[in-house]
Amino acid sequence: MDLDYFFRLFFSGLTRGSIYALLALGYTMVYGIIKLINFAHGEIYMIGAFTALIMATVFSFAGMPALAILVLSSIIAMVYSSAYGFTIEKLAYKPLRKAPRLSVLISAIGMSLFLQNYVLLAQTSNFLPYPSLLPRIPVPRFLQGLVSGPQLIIFSTTAVVMVLLTLLIKYTTMGKSMRATSQDRTMATLVGINVNRVISWTFIIGSFTAALGGILISSFTGQINFYVGFIAGIKAFVAAVLGGIGSIPGAVLGSLVLGMAEAFAAGYISSVYEDVFAFVILVLILIFKPSGLLGKPEVQKV
Amino acid sequence: MLELRSMKTYYGNIQAIKGIDILVERGEIITLIGANGAGKSTTLMSICGVVPPREGEIIFEGESLVDMDPDRIVAMGISQVPEGRRIFPHLTVKENLDMGALLRRDKDGVRRDIDYVYSLFPILAERKGQAGGTLSGGEQQMLAISRAIMARPKLLLLDEPSLGLAPLIVQQIFEIIRQINEENGTTIFLVEQNANQALKVADRGYVMETGRISLTDTASNLLANEEVKKAYLGV
Repeated sequence: MDLDYFFRLFFSGLTRGSIYALLALGYTMVYGIIKLINFAHGEIYMIGAFTALIMATVFSFAGMPALAILVLSSIIAMVYSSAYGFTIEKLAYKPLRKAPRLSVLISAIGMSLFLQNYVLLAQTSNFLPYPSLLPRIPVPRFLQGLVSGPQLIIFSTTAVVMVLLTLLIKYTTMGKSMRATSQDRTMATLVGINVNRVISWTFIIGSFTAALGGILISSFTGQINFYVGFIAGIKAFVAAVLGGIGSIPGAVLGSLVLGMAEAFAAGYISSVYEDVFAFVILVLILIFKPSGLLGKPEVQKV
Repeated sequence: MLELRSMKTYYGNIQAIKGIDILVERGEIITLIGANGAGKSTTLMSICGVVPPREGEIIFEGESLVDMDPDRIVAMGISQVPEGRRIFPHLTVKENLDMGALLRRDKDGVRRDIDYVYSLFPILAERKGQAGGTLSGGEQQMLAISRAIMARPKLLLLDEPSLGLAPLIVQQIFEIIRQINEENGTTIFLVEQNANQALKVADRGYVMETGRISLTDTASNLLANEEVKKAYLGV
């Protein structure tokens, strides 16, 4: 067996997995708190990538240095996308807080279609070239030929985000409030948690990491169009379900497993069916372990 | 301190509370007794703003609580120990207590109160790193009461604290309720099906039947009342 090939696939899987993880976090956190699959989440990722593209173009015309372009356009794009996430919740989900879950789900699908078509009209249906915003960092000698500089940046950025998010969830008041709200919303209200604010922050944080994922992967693949968020969103959703929706470590694990499975299946079986594997995994998980790898089975209290 | 004036509460089109008047004075222990489904828990949820009343008034220290957000009501000094305890199952005992003190800014006071609840219920100190969901029923009730105390409420609402607990634990819980009232001057509004126990600790009582207050008197008079005896005390 060709070991180099194996490791190339491994790192390619890790790259995909990292991006899925940045996106899956938003699905799983929102689901944990309001029990909604936010189908518009993939569009946030796409809008984040587009915003960074526009800002980077403007900044490079202004003749700014590469690192400043990367940092500034990423921050602006992430904040802008968070504003989108915040607004989507207020417009499309909050008025339906007491409605049946199906109504909210349909509202989410509507929001997703609306945003895709809005970007289609505002931009173009063609693929646009995406500048490689990530700096060229040297790859350690023993990894040369197996992994690229941008990939290393993607892994390390994702790892840093995961650590920060874990600390936020575990130790800050907002994090504890988020956990309390996801466990018992009525009781959270009774201890004085402003549940609306917790929900808004959940959308803001999820949108922030999704936009980061969008920027990283678009710089890596070098292209973008209005539809990229849809397929990435669906796959990150699969990853979240695979890991156990509602569980944050589950979302990360599910994303890595899915990324690896896709990379190895594409490498050893056939790259033609690349996108099929995600959905095969989804079907298998739903049949054999619907609560996911790290999810807790839902106990119906009587 | 707290006054409900012809308060009516609905779940959709179903009227659960059909116009009740309740008055709670500062420092009192008031009990609201009645059968299952009489509307006792709904009354508490209306006070806390979780199920706001459709008509009538709720006045707490001169301010109307109707249409006030639930977190503002907690900040006004009202805490509830809800029916079924509702411990956050995946938060540790200590984290559950922290949630109770969420709106407080006096860190030293919070630390002192954590020690205070550990002294009331030493078992909680032993279990402070354990997930709330792993505690026994009695321990969860102790934690639920402690969590409410952590907010330093002026008015503590307790919903069936004796439900499903062994008689010995029930004794202990009622003892603590009296102690909280005496030591801290916390006003207590106790909802109970266990009318006998509740009337023994309370100053005054209200009897609720299908959404209405059917009777109110001092606790000792209610204990002696023939109708109450027959309907709620099982004598």
